[in-house]
Amino acid sequence: MIDKISLLTVYPELILLVMACVIALFDLAVKGTGRTPTYILTLVALGVVAWIQAKYAATGDTVYAFGNMVVSDPMGNWLKCFAALALMATLVYGRAYATCRDMLRGGELFTLSLFALLGMFVMISGNNFLVIYMGIELLTLSSYALVALRRDHTVSTEAAMKYFVLGALASGFLLYGMSMLYGATGSLDLQEVFKSISSGQVNHQVLIFGLVFIVAGLAFKLGVVPFHMWIPDVYQGAPTVVTLMVGGAPKLAAFAVMIRLLVEGLLPLAIDWQQMLMLLSVASLAVGNLAAIAQTNLKRMLAFSTISHMGFVLVGMLSGVVGANTLAAGNGYSSSMFYVVSYVLTTLASFGVILLLSRDGFESEEIADFAGLNQRSPLYAGVMALCMFSLAGIPPMVGFYAKLAVLQALVAPGDTFHIALAVYAVMMSLIGAFYYLRVVKVMYFDAPTSTARLTAPLDVRAVLSLNGALLLLVGLLPGGLMALCADAIVKMLAH
Amino acid sequence: MGLLSLAIWTPVLFGVVLLALGRDDQAQVVRWIALIGAVVSLLVTLPLYTQFDVTTASMQFTELSPWIERFHVNYHLGVDGISLWFVLLTAFINVIVVIAGWEVITSRVNQYMGAFLILSGLMIGVFCALDGMLFYVFFEATLIPMYLIIGVWGGPNKIYAAFKFFLYTLLGSLLMLVALIYLYLTSGGSFDLAVWQKMPLAADAQTLLFFAFLAAFAVKVPMWPVHTWLPDVHVEAPTGGSAVLAAIMLKLGAYGFLRFSLPIAPDASHEWAGLMIGLSLAAVIYVGLVTMVQKDMKKLVAYSSVAHMGFVTLGFFIFNSLGMAGGIVQMISHGFVSAAMFLAIGVLYDRMHSREIASYGGVVNTMPKFAAFAMLFAMANCGLPGTAGFVGEWMVILGAVKVNFWVGVAAASALIFGAAYTLWMVKRVYLGPVINEKVKNLKDINAREFLFLSLLAIAILYLGLYPKPFTDVMDVSVTELLKHVAVSKLP
Repeated sequence: MIDKISLLTVYPELILLVMACVIALFDLAVKGTGRTPTYILTLVALGVVAWIQAKYAATGDTVYAFGNMVVSDPMGNWLKCFAALALMATLVYGRAYATCRDMLRGGELFTLSLFALLGMFVMISGNNFLVIYMGIELLTLSSYALVALRRDHTVSTEAAMKYFVLGALASGFLLYGMSMLYGATGSLDLQEVFKSISSGQVNHQVLIFGLVFIVAGLAFKLGVVPFHMWIPDVYQGAPTVVTLMVGGAPKLAAFAVMIRLLVEGLLPLAIDWQQMLMLLSVASLAVGNLAAIAQTNLKRMLAFSTISHMGFVLVGMLSGVVGANTLAAGNGYSSSMFYVVSYVLTTLASFGVILLLSRDGFESEEIADFAGLNQRSPLYAGVMALCMFSLAGIPPMVGFYAKLAVLQALVAPGDTFHIALAVYAVMMSLIGAFYYLRVVKVMYFDAPTSTARLTAPLDVRAVLSLNGALLLLVGLLPGGLMALCADAIVKMLAH
Repeated sequence: MGLLSLAIWTPVLFGVVLLALGRDDQAQVVRWIALIGAVVSLLVTLPLYTQFDVTTASMQFTELSPWIERFHVNYHLGVDGISLWFVLLTAFINVIVVIAGWEVITSRVNQYMGAFLILSGLMIGVFCALDGMLFYVFFEATLIPMYLIIGVWGGPNKIYAAFKFFLYTLLGSLLMLVALIYLYLTSGGSFDLAVWQKMPLAADAQTLLFFAFLAAFAVKVPMWPVHTWLPDVHVEAPTGGSAVLAAIMLKLGAYGFLRFSLPIAPDASHEWAGLMIGLSLAAVIYVGLVTMVQKDMKKLVAYSSVAHMGFVTLGFFIFNSLGMAGGIVQMISHGFVSAAMFLAIGVLYDRMHSREIASYGGVVNTMPKFAAFAMLFAMANCGLPGTAGFVGEWMVILGAVKVNFWVGVAAASALIFGAAYTLWMVKRVYLGPVINEKVKNLKDINAREFLFLSLLAIAILYLGLYPKPFTDVMDVSVTELLKHVAVSKLP
């Protein structure tokens, strides 16, 4: 069963695993609070992995390995590539922050984040209920530890407890749903499950029962209403660098799992899960946007905004299949994928600025801490403004095209109900525009409360500028990334 | 690179350079770069006029290349007789605004100038876009620089004004976005305006589209009763912001009616013309009356803008060539006149830091040169023959009388209100004895102020005395548009 092809398929995962162990050992020999050698080694490892994944993705081939346990397809490979790049950016932004907060006394931050990434990779590649579950557990266990990394900090510890309890519950849901489906179909393999559901020989009630649990588990992981309670607390409580690790790249993996489970495995039940997703997205758009208005803490505000953005991702997912017609599927799912990727890109930059403003003993996470940022540093204020306009969906930032893609997929069926849903979605994003604009207002219109000089190491400045520029450049020329997503989804649907 | 691309991207490029390079300690350099940028941007639009072919209604200087291939969105530009003058007007007003902000703006000069240059490029983009999505992107993107201009350099209540401006206009345009997506899907996957204008549409679809567009454009114009954001925003915006807002941004909405509502949903436009005429007359008469009681000069001009824009929408929805051409001429003339009015108020405000009519009186005694300009602009604002304000209003009234005598009479009554509120303001601010010490100490305008006021005065008189170059250009396009609108698109 373990042949050369299989090993080649999981080559990046193997590198990650080996490097995570090597870096854990290597770090023992590293002295100093900055952990520079460990940091560089981690970035190199991640860069190599991202490069290999891009190479794999560029071939456009779909390979099944280990007896159908894992799959390597362009969608998965691109998502893995983006996840590795996102983690690189996170580490670049977060190192100074972590150093100040005594989180780099050991190299755990790097090792755990590599294991978390490995978990994401397994989630993305998983073609089997158990493999996917294993990936999720690896990711979340690493994340629990990361959130609690400042063990002498009460808020972080509290956030970690909440995250752990609710996360365990969600895993339980997911596992329960998987076991129901296994019981009904007799297989853990996604393609087998698909076939046996399509055959119509399976008890529909059991399937729906399992499906409800699967969707609930996924909703927990994505953080959509009403399974969103952990998001604001964890976002606010975790050290900001960990917030970005939890809120950035894992969204890509959660999206992949959603595609694998709901589309590759359970597409014949689309009519049922579409309704569930519709309820989830409608509630998320409302709760996320309305609750964000009331926040004064920027991290908490971004947490609620995440909820609403995940609602938009679900909007793309639910518009793929109309009746029994799967023609629009590629359109809907690729819109969702584009949305997730552009969302992660924007999140990275916005948390990058928050991390940059946070200094020794000062968290800079209240919106008021951003007052007059434009006078202190036009560049960072500019990047943050680009993020806010992008999240608000104002052209020409990339966030607009993400909303456009999702909305056109939603309106595609052409019936009044879907158009009404689209109008609802844009009205909710109008509400969203208010609190994003408020951040811009604070940065540009208010007088600065602090005149402390903003300094950032060269690597942070370079990556942050590039990240901000990408928000605008991908917005001005979104065709390439859109085509990439469409192509990846079409190939995914073909097999 | 085509001429239109140059017209759009030259100011944007200069703006980005200013944002990237400028510092407040080099303000003078920044100002000169901004001026050079604005003048170059104006110069590159001039060939559009000299090479324009007035005998055809088809799009000229077209550029077409794929932009977002997945959604068949094209980078499709072109101008016809309707849009040509707005491109030139935008570039012209941009130069004026840069000169007007020369000494007045002292903090964050590079961002101020950069925002105006970028804004000007984006607005030219709106007038040139022949692709629905490209239009929308430009249309929405203009909100960002304007929001910052109001919020950073505005008056005491600037934050309220900036939010009101942004959210009010965003509300309208988001509904339009859904309409654009709907059109994209019903046309079988095209964002091309020409395709949309030709394709047949059922009556109820047309009605929905008409109202979705109305939501976007009526807010922008602004039409009564969604005009309430305009006075608030004008009062708080810096002088340059008010000038650009009144001169160009309001025209984006009116222009949208000509490019979207009328040709894409002609049957619905006819069906709802009565409503549109009613709203326009309400703007002309009711808002005209509201204008009369304003105590703040900027608010007065802002309300008078609403009334003047009422003429524009009235002209469009009476469906004859006099009315439509009159509406477009009115848009251009209002572009010059409103900019001039706001800049004149700015000249006073820079000296007195008050916009209250009551704190002025007898300005003509201490600022004779300035008062002469102000008088001319005021005359143009109330539509005196020989000034720009007259031509458009007169054409619209003639057109209205042709359709319905009483509509014409109602519209004509606005001329009386216009004269009343403008002249009354002139009397209280400029004429009479010097009212207080502050007015007594006023210094007359300097060379810089003389320069931009005289440029505007020349434009206003030229358009008023010899409107032929303006009407000639639009003649064929207006006829063609009316012909198109007259044909039912019902399947």
